[in-house]
Amino acid sequence: MSSMSKIVRTMTNILFPLTMIFGLYVIAHGHLTPGGGFQGGAIVASACALLVVTYGSRWVLGRIKEKRLSTFESIGAVSFITLAFLGLVFSMVFFGNFLAGSNLLFGTTPVTGSTLADFNTGGVLPLMNFAVGIKVVTGLFAIVLIMAYASSTKEWNS
Amino acid sequence: MTPLEFLIEQSPALIVAVPLLGAFLTSLIGRVNEKARNIFALFIVCLTGVLIAILASDVLTSGPRLYVFGAQNLQVPMVRIIFEVDSMSIFMAIITIILALVALVYSWSFLKEYDGLDKFYTLALLLITSTLGMELTGDMFNFFVFLEISCITSCALIAFWITEGEALEAAFKYLVISSIGALFILFSIGLLYAQYNALNIATLASVLQFSFVDKIILVLLVVVLAMKAGVVPMHMWLPDSYGRAPPSVILVIMGATLASFYGILRVIFTLYGEVLTTTMRFNLPMHVLVGWLLIALAVVTIIVGVLMALIQSDFMRLIAYVAVAEIGYMLLAVGTGFAAWGTAYATTALHGGVLHILNDALDIGLLFLVAGAVYYVTKKRLLDDLGGLARTMKYTTVFLLIGLLAVAGMPPLNGFASKFLIYESVYQLNPILAIVAILCSILMLAIFVKVFYAAFLGPQRNITASTGLKEAPRSMLIAMGVFAAAAIFIGLFPNYVLDTLVKPAVSALLNHADYIGMVIGGV
Amino acid sequence: MIEYIPYIAVVAMVFIGLYAVVFRRNLIKIVIGITIIESGVNLFLITLGYRGGGIAPIYTSLPAGTTYPEEMVLPVPQALTLTSIVIGVAVLALMLSLVMHIYRKYGTLNVRKMRRLKE
Repeated sequence: MSSMSKIVRTMTNILFPLTMIFGLYVIAHGHLTPGGGFQGGAIVASACALLVVTYGSRWVLGRIKEKRLSTFESIGAVSFITLAFLGLVFSMVFFGNFLAGSNLLFGTTPVTGSTLADFNTGGVLPLMNFAVGIKVVTGLFAIVLIMAYASSTKEWNS
Repeated sequence: MTPLEFLIEQSPALIVAVPLLGAFLTSLIGRVNEKARNIFALFIVCLTGVLIAILASDVLTSGPRLYVFGAQNLQVPMVRIIFEVDSMSIFMAIITIILALVALVYSWSFLKEYDGLDKFYTLALLLITSTLGMELTGDMFNFFVFLEISCITSCALIAFWITEGEALEAAFKYLVISSIGALFILFSIGLLYAQYNALNIATLASVLQFSFVDKIILVLLVVVLAMKAGVVPMHMWLPDSYGRAPPSVILVIMGATLASFYGILRVIFTLYGEVLTTTMRFNLPMHVLVGWLLIALAVVTIIVGVLMALIQSDFMRLIAYVAVAEIGYMLLAVGTGFAAWGTAYATTALHGGVLHILNDALDIGLLFLVAGAVYYVTKKRLLDDLGGLARTMKYTTVFLLIGLLAVAGMPPLNGFASKFLIYESVYQLNPILAIVAILCSILMLAIFVKVFYAAFLGPQRNITASTGLKEAPRSMLIAMGVFAAAAIFIGLFPNYVLDTLVKPAVSALLNHADYIGMVIGGV
Repeated sequence: MIEYIPYIAVVAMVFIGLYAVVFRRNLIKIVIGITIIESGVNLFLITLGYRGGGIAPIYTSLPAGTTYPEEMVLPVPQALTLTSIVIGVAVLALMLSLVMHIYRKYGTLNVRKMRRLKE
């Protein structure tokens, strides 16, 4: 299966950036609204799966290699654990939230009560969401891509 | 606070975090250099071992340890994610890390010619992480998460030889069975949470009412964990997967299997220890009923394991059935200890059972490594295709002899020490059980003498002209030598291990009030 | 009565899934059975977590006038469900890839036709 009809391709071209942005929004606002790294990552990965369905796995594999995806997956996991270790270094406890209340990156103390959400809060939680997001996006995308590729090749059916 | 004190303070988290970090770093390092990756994986496991040793010395001298994640001071540990380490957990962690270390040394040359080793090291380290997590955690839900990670990783590892259909079948069977089991564990955790609004073991144990639902939960937890430990009649996945996975993988999976057995101990002795020893049913205390049920399962496991091993022709599958029987011996000891709660021989039985966990890991592990060495040299699995290996594989033959004598419980090897304790105490509960156990042990000896005779003596077969038969490579010999030396050491000085490790572990199991008091703060 | 319907659904889903796993011979159907059991267990956890009249535990989006957090729901069952969904995705992917390999090896998805591991 190389690629689908023009209608499908046009719809994908319209929907892909929207889905992508929505997924990235869910990842970025994981510490403020329901959602987070895994949920947003799954949305982004579904956008990527849309590409695989529309244009075929060979087309996608020609643009991004599976090796690179799994490298990014490892990087996501490693950075998540590294953040936990940094908590150990800076606040003497594993998974410690060393950025909260420090007025640095994401370090503002949020105002309690019914207010608008302040994006610059949460300490290490947004960073952990980003790490999980990277891992989930690349991991799910790699799974979908490899499965699609493997089930489309001819020698598989022998 | 000195660095060492800091390290002791943080070691429960680090023991799980270091292999987890290592798991993902190895695959990155593997892109650069393969040898560096192997060294790095070994280094990570050694580092974890050092951390476990530090924590063990601390726990054995100054009692159980509580670690609360993400909190600087220990406020309300009931609602936080906690690790709780007592002597029993640390005993299991030591076994796991020994198995993991030997497995990695062994796979250095055993798996050299296969590709996809980046993923092998990642998965093996993840499996080690999850096994250690299962053993150290003090939280039911964390236990489930680690159990699921161990399911997924061990399934992927069982399918290591992915070109063989049997390996795929074994992996699929294992995944189906263990994921359904894990879902039922999640279901029972949900039931516990619905009743008591708590998830950590100590809090649950202190408020458990032993209602009708609690009995269902007990049955679900024990059945699923027994299935993961390979107890008959839920053992069918174990010979398939042990018989088809590479031996170094089997060692790591065996760690996870023994951790499931540890889960049974934790559920019966800690979570339900208080209610089972105080509730009466049918004019009998509940612990007698549960103990006898475990004994019945154990006897069936021993008999079925040994009888099925008798008729096997595949070397690794045969050892796998013997491993099933060995699980039966542990369960027999635990059942005896629980049925006769409070008597002196119950403690003896538990000493034997807990020491047998270590001995099973060493002996069965050694036999699997020998089978792996035979496979490495001859590329044959069936015993009928083997013969006369003793002429070329001298060291391997010696290791096989040590392993088979140890498994059959012959003095002066380690199997004798633990099995003698089990026979002695079971005899006081019911002589027939002891006789069955001894008879099956003798049958095991007969099985392995058959193997020894068929594969290692007699005429040499299937010598390929090009290569000829050689001794196994050095790293595999080192791995087998470590197990053999440990088996001889424990056999000669059982009291040393018994006093330093086993007795604190058993007393930690029996005094569940200490475990609960760590979290609740004095019951 | 109406509040028991989710629990009845849970039991039904678990048993339907078990039926599929035990009695169906097609590997894909076995996989579907496991996912049905998983959905049943997830539904159970979610039903446990439901509190009538509760509000989501987000401090900055409280309705105006409600400052005290007593109506907030402790989101432990929801967290458990999310974790279980994540694990479920991993298990599902692994099972499907194993099924693909098995199909390539044997050319069939019928359990009866492929059993080589006996005893």
